[in-house]
Amino acid sequence: MINLTTPLTEDQILNLKAGDLVTITGVIYTARDAAHKRLVELIDQGKDLPVDLKGQIIYYAGPTPTKPGEVIGSIGPTTSGRMDTYAPILMEKCGLKGMVGKGQRNQEVINSVKENKCVYMAATGGAGALLRKYIKSCEIVAYEDLGCEAIRKLTVERLPALVINDAKGNDYYRKQN
Amino acid sequence: MRHIDRQKIVDTVAKLCVDAALYLPEDVFISLKTAKETEASPIAKEILSQLIENAQIAKGEETPICQDTGLCIVFAEIGREIHFNYDIYDAINEGIGKGYCEGYLRKSMVRHPLDRVNTQNNTPGVIHIKLTEGDKLTLTVAPKGGGSENMSVAKVFPPAVGEEGVIDFIKETVRKAQGNPCPPVVLGVGIGGNLEYDSYLSKKALTREVGVFSKNPIDRALEEKIIKAVNETGVGPSGFGGDTTCLFAFVESYPCHIASLPVALSINCHAARHKSATL
Repeated sequence: MINLTTPLTEDQILNLKAGDLVTITGVIYTARDAAHKRLVELIDQGKDLPVDLKGQIIYYAGPTPTKPGEVIGSIGPTTSGRMDTYAPILMEKCGLKGMVGKGQRNQEVINSVKENKCVYMAATGGAGALLRKYIKSCEIVAYEDLGCEAIRKLTVERLPALVINDAKGNDYYRKQN
Repeated sequence: MRHIDRQKIVDTVAKLCVDAALYLPEDVFISLKTAKETEASPIAKEILSQLIENAQIAKGEETPICQDTGLCIVFAEIGREIHFNYDIYDAINEGIGKGYCEGYLRKSMVRHPLDRVNTQNNTPGVIHIKLTEGDKLTLTVAPKGGGSENMSVAKVFPPAVGEEGVIDFIKETVRKAQGNPCPPVVLGVGIGGNLEYDSYLSKKALTREVGVFSKNPIDRALEEKIIKAVNETGVGPSGFGGDTTCLFAFVESYPCHIASLPVALSINCHAARHKSATL
């Protein structure tokens, strides 16, 4: 088991290979389709983003509403493939270093992960009740109007994931099947 | 004629929505435990353990099994001796809204597929009404997640495709979906009817009990073959590889046109959520 801390450094990333079990500790950000669309529109217009993604990890997830007195609702990964259109530009232009979601990425993303020395990891799909236990704080930092799709800043402690695409261009899913 | 109070329907639907989101059906829970015992791959065993623990946490802490609490499908079987002096669709939708808002469930519905503005209360649901004999009303709420729904397919084949072609189509669909629908999956298969009716059957199939095969011998044989074929893909839990790709497959059939062999596959994630109540 490899313990990653955010923001990710190049040393941490180059040490990872597809199939490694990791845990993540530190700050990560949630974003789904709607938030990605807005971020990429801002990049296209040459404007600043509401969050600095340099060295950061985006968790593709939209939680259930937080009950009073709790940190967050259930929060498992959503299908990463829907963000394939947006991911390369965030890696190339904003310094995004990691992504956590579920399912396979397209070749363009796999190439971009390699070229920009990034990492794509998968968390267990459908385990939202379990995964919420690794989240220690949650704060909405952008696009509150998007509800569950707003960008949330999460502090996580030892969030478990599996490396799918490493910085050498390997793909754990393709290796399996 | 029997009258059922509108508020009773609203409250029942609301409770079913919350219960379906929090409590994994016992039959599914048992099938996960069985799969963990027989699974050979260590990583697959680990994922199955996480899913078992996830269900226990969801129940114990009353938090949803999955953050995607779904589009709400409601099957209403209405005895023909019941009289409603109100709009039953409206009452069911009010129940969905109440359940999702008061139960802290995620609102995942947008008002139009292109302008994508969230309706803020997870309505409307997709409501299927069937008339039955007697004076009872049975409501089944089956929330359906988007990740697995996006991997579902309906296709009308020529009859020559036969059983082998149907199995191959299902196997390849699950293989291509990989980790996207959160395997191990539960499969609902509708065969026969036509394009819309087999899709309906594939969803109705998902309200059955995992581990109990169809009483129709042709459908039962197909269920057994699908389970075997899909588990041979090696996709495994979370798509990380393993023997457990599919916990169960349900087949529902209906007569069809001489020219067609319609097949619909509704892929459900491991959380084959559904709850029923009879009023």
